[in-house]
Amino acid sequence: MTLDVLYFAWLRERIGLPKERIETHAQTVSALIDELRTREDRYALAFSDLDAVRVAVDQELCDLDAPITNAREVAFFPPMTGG
Amino acid sequence: MQIRVQKHAFDYGAECERFAAARQDVGAVVTFCGIVRAPQDDILYRMEIEHYPGMTERALTDIAQTASQRWGLLDCLVIHRFGPLVPGDRIMMVATASRHRADAFAAADFLMDYLKSRAPFWKKEFTSDGAEWVAAKDSDESALKRW
Repeated sequence: MTLDVLYFAWLRERIGLPKERIETHAQTVSALIDELRTREDRYALAFSDLDAVRVAVDQELCDLDAPITNAREVAFFPPMTGG
Repeated sequence: MQIRVQKHAFDYGAECERFAAARQDVGAVVTFCGIVRAPQDDILYRMEIEHYPGMTERALTDIAQTASQRWGLLDCLVIHRFGPLVPGDRIMMVATASRHRADAFAAADFLMDYLKSRAPFWKKEFTSDGAEWVAAKDSDESALKRW
């Protein structure tokens, strides 16, 4: 499955890119994170504290155990600070 | 209902005036403006606001629709900026219009609580102490429980 993965704020800075297209068989957000963590240290560092990470699947906020089987876009970011 | 996510500045006075003058069935308008605050202990050179194009507009629309339905708003406006800002700049505004004031006040309060922690914006401050992402406050999250 081809998936666009987006990173914002300090996740973008730690990983070093705003967006990438990946091939994955991950069925859930958690499985995708596990897969990304094993890639390189910068991913492991970015995902070292999951309490500080929020996720959106196809632009909807989701829990880390959310399925991504039909997703086109998954975004990772810290808690939002709007207003 | 109008949602605007933009890099350029907006004219707060003109927006309020246009919003308040738009309809004759409105009896109350409440407006709020968020401003970049200069810190007391160090110097804030600038703030950079990042957002998630696409999701930002969707999230703001969802929040505004929820407020409009819950308080029967006659009109609602949300403007939120992104990009570089300096102290004194207006970051964002909301305006709510209803027949009576209680609904307009409550809806504006609700909009602000949800915009704080459910709209995908992130702020980075560049101060005399260095650059740092603004952390979300626990109180922002607990504020949602009021509603």
